[in-house]
Amino acid sequence: MEIARGMDFQVVVLAGGFSKSLVPLVSKKVPKALLPVANRPVLSYVIDLLEQKNLKDLIVVVEGETAAHSVSAWISGTYIDRLHVEVAAVPEDVGTAGALRAIDHRLTAKDILVVSGDLVCDVPPGAVAATHRRHDAVVTALLCTAPASGPSDSGSSGAKDKAKKPGRYNIIALDPTKQFLLHIAAGAEVEKDIRVQKSILRAVSQMEIRADLMDAHMYAFKRSVLQDVLNQKETFQSLRRDVLPYLVRSQLRSELLSNGVQSDENGNSKDAMQNAKILPSQLLANASTPSFHELYALGPDGSSSITRKTHKCCVYIANKSKYCARLNSIQAFSDINRDVVGDANHLSGYSFSAQNNVIHPTAVLGSKTTVGPQCMLGDGSQMGDKCSVKKSVIGRHCRIGSNVKVVSSVIMDHITIGDGCSIQGSVICSNVQLQERVILKDCQVGAGFVVTAGSEYKAESLAKK
Amino acid sequence: MDPRRLPRTVTDPKVRHVGFFAPVGPPDESMSSPPRQTTLSPPVAGYSLSPVMIPPPRHLSSDNAPLSPLIAADSFLPVGSYNPSEFSSPSATEDFSEDNFSKDTGWVLNENSGKAALKQNTHAASGLTPVITNEGPPMEAQKEQPPASSKPKKEKTTKSERRALQEAQRTAKAAANAGGSKKSAAASAVVNSANANTKKVAKAPPRKKDSSSVAASEKKGGDRQTDKDRKKDIPHPRMQFDDEDQVEKAKKRSVVKQTESKNRVELFRHLPQYEHGTQLLDLESKFFQLDTVHPAIYAVGLRFLTGDISGGNARCIAMLQAFQESIKDYFTPMEKELTRDLPTKINGYVSFLIQCRPLSISMGNAISFLKHKISELPSTMSESEAKASLLSDIDRFINEKIILAEKVIARHAVTKIRDGDVLLIHGSSSVVEMIFLCAQELGKQFRVVIVDSRPKLEGRMLLRRLLGKGISCTYTHLNAISYIMHEVTRVFLGASSVLSNGTVYSRVGNASVAMVAHQFHVPVLVCCEAYKFHKRVQLDSICFNELGDPDDIARVSGKEDIKYLNDWASIQNLQLLNLIYDATPSDYISMIITEYGMIPPTSVPVIVQEYGEHLLI
Repeated sequence: MEIARGMDFQVVVLAGGFSKSLVPLVSKKVPKALLPVANRPVLSYVIDLLEQKNLKDLIVVVEGETAAHSVSAWISGTYIDRLHVEVAAVPEDVGTAGALRAIDHRLTAKDILVVSGDLVCDVPPGAVAATHRRHDAVVTALLCTAPASGPSDSGSSGAKDKAKKPGRYNIIALDPTKQFLLHIAAGAEVEKDIRVQKSILRAVSQMEIRADLMDAHMYAFKRSVLQDVLNQKETFQSLRRDVLPYLVRSQLRSELLSNGVQSDENGNSKDAMQNAKILPSQLLANASTPSFHELYALGPDGSSSITRKTHKCCVYIANKSKYCARLNSIQAFSDINRDVVGDANHLSGYSFSAQNNVIHPTAVLGSKTTVGPQCMLGDGSQMGDKCSVKKSVIGRHCRIGSNVKVVSSVIMDHITIGDGCSIQGSVICSNVQLQERVILKDCQVGAGFVVTAGSEYKAESLAKK
Repeated sequence: MDPRRLPRTVTDPKVRHVGFFAPVGPPDESMSSPPRQTTLSPPVAGYSLSPVMIPPPRHLSSDNAPLSPLIAADSFLPVGSYNPSEFSSPSATEDFSEDNFSKDTGWVLNENSGKAALKQNTHAASGLTPVITNEGPPMEAQKEQPPASSKPKKEKTTKSERRALQEAQRTAKAAANAGGSKKSAAASAVVNSANANTKKVAKAPPRKKDSSSVAASEKKGGDRQTDKDRKKDIPHPRMQFDDEDQVEKAKKRSVVKQTESKNRVELFRHLPQYEHGTQLLDLESKFFQLDTVHPAIYAVGLRFLTGDISGGNARCIAMLQAFQESIKDYFTPMEKELTRDLPTKINGYVSFLIQCRPLSISMGNAISFLKHKISELPSTMSESEAKASLLSDIDRFINEKIILAEKVIARHAVTKIRDGDVLLIHGSSSVVEMIFLCAQELGKQFRVVIVDSRPKLEGRMLLRRLLGKGISCTYTHLNAISYIMHEVTRVFLGASSVLSNGTVYSRVGNASVAMVAHQFHVPVLVCCEAYKFHKRVQLDSICFNELGDPDDIARVSGKEDIKYLNDWASIQNLQLLNLIYDATPSDYISMIITEYGMIPPTSVPVIVQEYGEHLLI
């Protein structure tokens, strides 16, 4: 059915629901997946990336019925003629692992590619899949270089950013060849020290612990293993926090996984039936460069008398030149918006003008209004005289009065801004009305909010009660 | 360089052919010839023979005296001696002649006399000797002589014409003109002005130029034709990667984008070498777009590319198992026959695998086995039956030709191991390993010397496994081979392929091990399954080989501080050569052990012929 038939891979996009960390940006009408990044829902970046790589059968899992409804409405409107997308609704707060558990019966392919719906990146998913297949791994995770510059150089980074920063980074341990994952912990969860398993360390003999990598939430799982783990460990909630660390932890004693799922793929289970089959597989094993797993499995003396079961957890580390970010915080939202119209503008899918900005032909600009580089102005928006827009994204059908300054902000659709407003480093959701002479700095304004004339806010979150 | 080039160009019958026949077919003449013909119709007869001289003048400038006998001798060589493949670059030879021509006008003077000489039927060396003279004045005399001796009438006309021409030329020179206007041939004008100081050159240069270019174009044509012929006769075994046309075509066909690496060693330019990493990246990013490639094939290809699987047997087994997977998933499309459609599928897979890494000869044999099996399927057979039979055929091939063959070889070879032997192995070979294990089981007392070599250091893995079995080992590197050979009593080598002249094609380094062993009078036993035999003959390891990643030899694994060659690609005058295979001449090999028995290397053709068909059963 919904399988990328060619390679026996199935793609699941976890689009989430109404993420709490993104309040007030998300609302009943706008789930996280539909938050606009450069005037396109963030989910479209993932789907486009997959579509580019010829992955046209997708399962999109959304938390909550209402959210699922709006997501599926949007998908069917946008991709109906090109893609075969199934939208599955799962109850809220089941977590990513729970979401996969809920669609367990739909998973049929040999391997599953799980992609987070809030990922904005240009790393080919095939690279992850290829690494996965090459090592016949149980899980392969995409790791990206954490954006080191990003937030710090933008004017909007306030105290909030500093609080968020440790949470964005992961503590990741790799083997010397940088192919296998030995330890993973979210930076936020690490208090003082990390505990590394001695057995793994002994087997690898050398470990590289890095804090500059970010787990991009694109995983390739072996389906049989994933289903086993999900079924056996009922308490597992999250792929990132529970399933992945579990698989990494148990990679040298994978007997926990029932019926030798891993060895089944290696052809070891056939050995019992056919004695003759041992030799080819052994021959193959001897000829290939062994990873530490295989060496460990062979035991200390190299004899295979006691075969220890192992499985491989691989990583694909994206090239530094690739853009990769996750929209999981308000800060990330404005960062991604800024990057997609700025440094990573090949992702946006728009063609930029000579001034390095995108102004829709139907947008109307008043006299002496300037729109700087790295800006985007949606269709049907009107701006009065003497306005200035810098490094901002302005949505569709906004009406902006005269003498308005917009700097490093995201302004969504159908927003009315009165004369003389100044907006800096803020996010303004749809249908907001800003009356005259409002001054906003580092604020988030929830959908449908009305800011009264002359008010001034700094680093506040405004939403309808 | 020169001695090699001489016979090649001179014996080249195509060139000679071109010379005689070019004027007969007017369309073959080059651009500037028509005007010449219009103005000077009689001399055309004279020119008609001129291209004959194209090859000889080349050497005139280089060495004179010994040349003429050479030419004479060579002119009698049979046509068959001409090897089209040797004559690789017509453009190069063209350059050469033109270059030569423009540099020393001296030999251009000889043109006339040489032509005249050749008109005496080219048969005698004496007829050619005058050609060699480089001076202007004696030429007049020579010119007179040959026509007098042979075919006076025809010569007479040309001579007189030419003399008239020269006169005209002189007057033209005197008028301080380029003189070309009279000739009305633009080309001649240019050349004349260039060679203004030698007066007699007048006519010769343009002709020379024309003829050479004609010859060149003819040569190209001739070469192309021979190309076609060659294709008809023997399919070209491997692509020549220094042929730009072929490479371009292959690039269009290929699925995987390959960036060729820059500083390649000149001698090995005909072998593919790609920048490491570019292939992998491209292959990875295209993972979901390669619809034509079965996932199992893809995974195997990826492992070949990354070197996760290496070694002839392992690669062959991995490939065959991947084929099994793909056959399991294969369904004959509508209105197509399995026996016709499946081979094209397999061809696609094979070309994909070749792009990942060139196939070994053993893999080629396995593929032809599979194709043979497919073609043998009766058309009445149902699809599922056909698939089942193919799957079992592949299983049988793996078991009989590889696994059982190894066992039989081990049983044969063990008889050659005596107590107290010191056995040497280079690198890692699955067969040899099995021999050691077999001998160990039989309770023989022996010691193993594992000779290893960079960059792969495959011996370490073998060492680890042998030590695990309790065999006493010595581990050393290839550098110490002459020292360690003193104590060795037998050398066991694996092989990638055994060719019908007894040459053993195997991991690079084996040849030197065999040579040293031969020098020390230590018997060299090559263990090779019969499915790796090939009827091809190979004399060196240059024509067919594989180039590894040059970075492997530039880097030292585990020693990151050794990085003198880190940016070797940017150094213009440095090329790294990482050969994968070498060819061991049969002289150094005492015995080849196959599953059919132990044979001297001279008996390889017997195996190939007698048992070659058995491969296909």
